[in-house]
Formats: sequence, C-alpha cells, structure tokens
Amino acid sequence: MSSKILAIDTVTEGCSAALLIGDEVVERFEITPRGHTQRILPMVDELLSEADLTLAELDAIAFDRGPGSFTGLRITAGVVQGLAYGAGLPVIPVSSLAALAFALYRENQNRNILAAIDARMGEVYCGYYRINDRGLPALVGEESVLLPNKIIKQQGPWAGAGSGFESYREELKECLRENLIHIDGNALPHAKDIARLALHEFEQGRVLSSEEAQPVYLRNQVVHQKS
Amino acid sequence: MDVIVLGIESSCDETGVAIYETGVGLLGHTLYSQAEMHAQYGGVVPELASRDHIRRVIPLIDQLLDRVGLSSQQIDGVAYTAGPGLMGALMVGACVGRSLAYGWGVPAVGVHHMEGHLLAPLLEGEIPEFPFIALLVSGGHTQLIRVDGVGRYQLLGESVDDAAGEAFDKTAKLLGLGYPGGPALSELAKQGNPDRFHFPRPMVDRPGLDFSFSGLKTYARNTLQQNSDDPTIGADVARAFEDAVADTLAIKCRRALRESDLRRLVVAGGVSANQRIRARLQEIAEGERGEAFFPRVEFCTDNGAMIAFAGALRLDAGESSGLAIEVSPRWPLSELPAVH
Repeated sequence: MSSKILAIDTVTEGCSAALLIGDEVVERFEITPRGHTQRILPMVDELLSEADLTLAELDAIAFDRGPGSFTGLRITAGVVQGLAYGAGLPVIPVSSLAALAFALYRENQNRNILAAIDARMGEVYCGYYRINDRGLPALVGEESVLLPNKIIKQQGPWAGAGSGFESYREELKECLRENLIHIDGNALPHAKDIARLALHEFEQGRVLSSEEAQPVYLRNQVVHQKS
Repeated sequence: MDVIVLGIESSCDETGVAIYETGVGLLGHTLYSQAEMHAQYGGVVPELASRDHIRRVIPLIDQLLDRVGLSSQQIDGVAYTAGPGLMGALMVGACVGRSLAYGWGVPAVGVHHMEGHLLAPLLEGEIPEFPFIALLVSGGHTQLIRVDGVGRYQLLGESVDDAAGEAFDKTAKLLGLGYPGGPALSELAKQGNPDRFHFPRPMVDRPGLDFSFSGLKTYARNTLQQNSDDPTIGADVARAFEDAVADTLAIKCRRALRESDLRRLVVAGGVSANQRIRARLQEIAEGERGEAFFPRVEFCTDNGAMIAFAGALRLDAGESSGLAIEVSPRWPLSELPAVH
C-alpha cells in the first residue's frame, strides 16, 4: 500500500502544506509573511478533502523543523503537535536547509549545495549538502548560524540556495569565490520537498511521537542575562 | 447535553491545561509555571516563554487525560487562550489547541484571558448570580467591571498607570525581594508595624472609579531612602504599601457597588490571591450588606481551568472558531459578544 504523508512548512515567508500519496505530491503554497496561522489549517483541510481522506487515514505528518523564523517554527511545530496527537499519528522532522538543497537538486541537478537562510542580525543559517546516490541530500559537517563571512570553506564547487544568498549575496560570493557556481537566492522551503524527504525517513522507520515535533532553532543565545 | 471541554492557557509564563464538563464541573487541571526560569532575568523573557510552552503543552494534556481517565474520543471541544497576552506565547497554545480540535474532529474556541479570570469565581463553590461588580486585579490589569451576563461587560474604571500587581512587583524589587516579588512582599508585610507609616490612597478623593498605583512605588522608595539606617524598615514599608493598595481597592469597590446599586462583588486575577486584600474586600462587601466571591487561590493566577470553563460556556452557546488560527495580544473585553 502506498504511504500517505502530510507535510507542513511555515518557517520562512512561504506557507505550504503538501499531501504525498505514493509517488504523487499535491501542494498548496503561498507567500504570506504574516498569514501563516490563517492559511495553514485551511490548506490542510483542502488537501485532505480533495483526496477524500481524513487525517487519521494518513501514515505520518512531516514538518519543517527549521532553522527559520522562531515564530514560524513554533507555528509549524504547534500545528503538527496538535494534528498528530489528535489523530494519533507519528511525526517526521525535516531540515529547512535540506529541503532547499533537495529542491535545487531536483530543479537544476546540482549535487553539491550550500543552503543558507537569512537569520537576521547579520547572520545566516547554513549547511552544506551533497546529493547521495539515492538522490537525497546528506549533510556535510553541521548546520550552523553565523556571519556570512565566517562560513567554513568546503571543497566545492557549490551551488547556493536560499534567502541568505539574496540578503548577503556579496558577502557570500566574496567568501566562497570560485567555489560558488550557481545561486538561487529566491528559493524558499516547500512542504512538497519536506514530504518527499520524509517518505525516505518513514520507509526507514525513523518517526517520532507527536510531542517530539520540536523546532531546531540553531540560535540559542536569545537573552543577555542582566548582571 | 453536557459537553466536555479541554482548556489550554499559554498567554504568559504558565502552561495550564484543564478539563471541564458542563453540568458536572471541573474534572481536572494541571499547570507548569516557568516563573523560576524567568526570575534570573528579572522579568518574563517572551522568547524563552514561547520555547518552553511548545515543549510542555502536549505532555501536560496527555498526563491530564490519563489522570482523569478520559480517552480523547470523549472530548467535545477545545478552548485556548487567544489573547490578550504575549504574541508568541499565545500562538503556541492557539496553534496546538486549534489543530488538536481539528485532529479530534471537534469544535474549538479562542477564549479571552481576562474573561477567563472574570468568570473563574463561577467555576465552583457558591456561584454569584448576575449582575455583579467584578474587580479584575493582576500584574497586567486593574479594572472594575459591571457584569450583566457572560460577554456583557461594562468597564467602570481602570488603572491609569501601573496595574496593582505591577506595583507590588516593582515595590518588591525596591525591597530587594527579587522577581516576581509580590507574594514575598505580602509575606514580609506580616512582620510589619501597621501604624508606623501611612501611605496615600491614590485618587480616592476624586470622583470616578479609576486607579493609580505608580505613585505608591515612589512613596515607598522615598520612605526607604529616608530611613535607610533602619534594618527593619522593609517590613514596615511592605505593610504600609499593602494596606494602601488593599484600602484603595476596597474604597473603589464600595463606590462601584453603591453607584451601581449592586450587592455582589466578584474578585479575580493574580492579586486576588492576596489574603489581606481578600479580607478587606470581604469586609467592604459585608458592610454593603452584600457578598464577595473569590476563586480558590490556585485559580486566581493564570490557569487552564478558567479557560476550559469560559470556553465551555461559549462552545455550549454555539460559538466556535474557524480554521484560521487567530490570536490578539491586545483585545478589549468590551469586544466580546454576549452569550444569551
């Protein structure tokens, strides 16, 4: 029987939900920087009713676990926790950066991708991904949050994806130089990519329980303690 | 038909969940307070509050269902605090609550946090009949409201500056009692001499039902400075401060009862846990040949029970929220629809 996975992503300006059934993915995607909470459940509801499915008939709920906007991460995590606990489904976390890398590979066939999302405060969330022989992004080193000019060089060349390349194009070009061969600075994470990556995890039996649908913030220094 | 409602509160620094059944009462409640985590920063850090809520809320719901022996199929609706409060903190409870209701296939309703407080004295015990005068007194609010029914609220007066609870916390800070220091101030006041200092009762000589508490904090600071060589000054200042707040609240409550020609006074919000204030307001109500009603102490501060209760009343009246998840960090009580 084909797997059925719902995916949710509200961690950047994009807001999307996708329903994967077997090899097919149907997605709702909007750019709505302040409208995530208004749009996400109606999107889910539309996808389910078009497929004539109820939430409980699904196998799992996949979600973008970040990094991304703190509020956006918690909208995704909160909605996914509620849906998954309510319907008794497991959850599957997927990295926003891995989703960007995977999208660029599918669209442009790049196999070495540096994904970077604008993290504000002059920094980017970033991670290097190589596409493995199964066509899936594998992280090289660690995901991190840092100044664009502090990015550690890895043997390339690399294609760049994500808003980090829009906001800090010159800094990243300067830092990576001839190591950078292609840039898509407008790319945003999409639920359809989250769903596809989650399918692989699901097939490996790598799922979590609903309360484990937690954000990965990367930036954990959020308060300066008063003396 | 009776309905069983799950309530979720996450507007500030406490994660509360509760289950209420109409016609039966509160089936259970549980609360996790983040106060200790925020204390080291001298106040609530919104981002840390949100991060904590999203870790706690599902485990708390799961434990509570287990404890009261209900299966999720028995829940008829979900209520969550939709405002006022901290945006990010509200968002967690609203996203989880609304989505959980969708997952369970039951209606959901966003509850006004202050309506929750206001109706908390109706949750159990001896229940006041409408209409009544309500004093909402917490760290964020000091309001006198005429209540003619659920959702029928007329604001009679409020603080023009600090809320009473805020004045407690700020004065406690002056006394070196840390954050949130309101309860510690009351503890210290027990050892204070009530006759040593007399603090002003702000705005009582003016007509109307508004309050002002920021001047009391300044008065406390000056008194402390003038007596800085006295090691026991703290307790006496705490006592004088607490008496001034209690007396001011009492004078305005009495005025509100008289002007409205009502006999029932309902007191709610975090500061209503204060024993001296309770006693003073009780006295006032009895003096007017009326009665005062308070929630049990644990339901004075933020809790899930009041949200489950207010949500149950509104769901029972046919209200429900759509699939768009809405929160309102600022939300006047007067905007609420009446329940008939």
